[in-house]
Amino acid sequence: MIQALRISAIAIACLMFVAGLAASIWAIAGNPLPESLPQLLSENMSRSGVEHPVTAVLLNFRSYDTLLEIGVLVIAGIAGISMAKTTSLEDPELRTSDSLLYALQRWFVPLMLVLAGYLLWAGADRPGGAFQAGAVLAATGVLMRLGGIPMEFIRPGLLLRLGLALGFTVFLLVALASAIGGDAFLAYPPAMAKTLIVVIESVLTLSIAMVLLALFVSAPVNDAEDPEEGGSS
Amino acid sequence: MTEWLLDGLLVIALVITAVAALLSRDLFRAVVVFIAFGLLMTVAWVRLQAPDIALAEAAIGAGLTGVLLLDAVSHLGSKRPGKRTQEGGEQ
Amino acid sequence: MTAPLLYALAGALLCGLGLFGLLCLSHLLRKLLAFNVMGSGVFLVMVGLPQHQGGPDPVPQALVLTGIVVAIAATALAVVLIRRYYHLSGLTTLDAEPTSREGGQE
Repeated sequence: MIQALRISAIAIACLMFVAGLAASIWAIAGNPLPESLPQLLSENMSRSGVEHPVTAVLLNFRSYDTLLEIGVLVIAGIAGISMAKTTSLEDPELRTSDSLLYALQRWFVPLMLVLAGYLLWAGADRPGGAFQAGAVLAATGVLMRLGGIPMEFIRPGLLLRLGLALGFTVFLLVALASAIGGDAFLAYPPAMAKTLIVVIESVLTLSIAMVLLALFVSAPVNDAEDPEEGGSS
Repeated sequence: MTEWLLDGLLVIALVITAVAALLSRDLFRAVVVFIAFGLLMTVAWVRLQAPDIALAEAAIGAGLTGVLLLDAVSHLGSKRPGKRTQEGGEQ
Repeated sequence: MTAPLLYALAGALLCGLGLFGLLCLSHLLRKLLAFNVMGSGVFLVMVGLPQHQGGPDPVPQALVLTGIVVAIAATALAVVLIRRYYHLSGLTTLDAEPTSREGGQE
């Protein structure tokens, strides 16, 4: 009874929340825009170094957001790895070997790697870029893990740490270099903007894929006992 | 007119799949419906003329989230909760 | 009333739905699903509302793209935490009593 009362109270509160949100959306939609962001963007596109507006916003005009985002991802990856139950993240016993999956992935893995590369390359002038490529790369890694292809690089060690931190480090170095060089924080020199964006996008792709893969791989599995837990029960 | 029909149907389908994902009795079915919700979100992004987000949502919402959550469901659902578990879960 | 505004209003509805699920559902994975639904609603509002008048707007699209990647990282971390919690306590809900409404059905 109390349970039902509680749920209906929460339902009413959520309905009021939706009504308030919808009313404010309706009110905002009625007001004219103070200034047109797309117009501002298209006027400044020539300074960005890339042709695709979304990539230009992500890696040039609002690159501070992207820098903080990859920082958040690295922290999430480190937190995930520290929660891992296994000492080695790539344990042969944790693989689920399935012959059909194995046969399929001999076709899929190279195809997805090519797709990730294409998405990264396409980001300059059409939809695509580091985030999509990183997601596809991470999906490839997940597929490889489920199918039982050994992945040495996911073991804790130099390669994993390098992969996790590479994107953030390179991005931060570029930002600091431009700050030390006299410009604003994260303001690329216009002549090098294209090169810098391509470099940053490539390392971002790698790091995003690595973080997502590490978070997937490090999910604790019950039958992997570790000594401190086993003693406490 | 056709576009309005498409948008309207898409929005209704989004809300219905969201409700079904949250209220479904079976956790496995809830996750599968949630993957369908992610795919519908992809279509919605295309309708909103945001192909970049649609690409990311297709790769992440439908692919990675699905694998992650299904893996978790098979892991969590393998035993009844409420007891301290010692024996291994069948993966 | 334009199509982007319709999506923004649907986003508001999804947001409320997710909030309801987050508060009412007890199974942790369901809470996670509700959290994701709520996030999708926020993204729809963020993209739909600016495009209501000005046509395609790359700035909120780029921000939402960032948001989606952070959301999947948060989801993955939450799954790791839930599995760790389950491993340590054997529970899939935050309630202390073992006879929860959702937990025993799987």
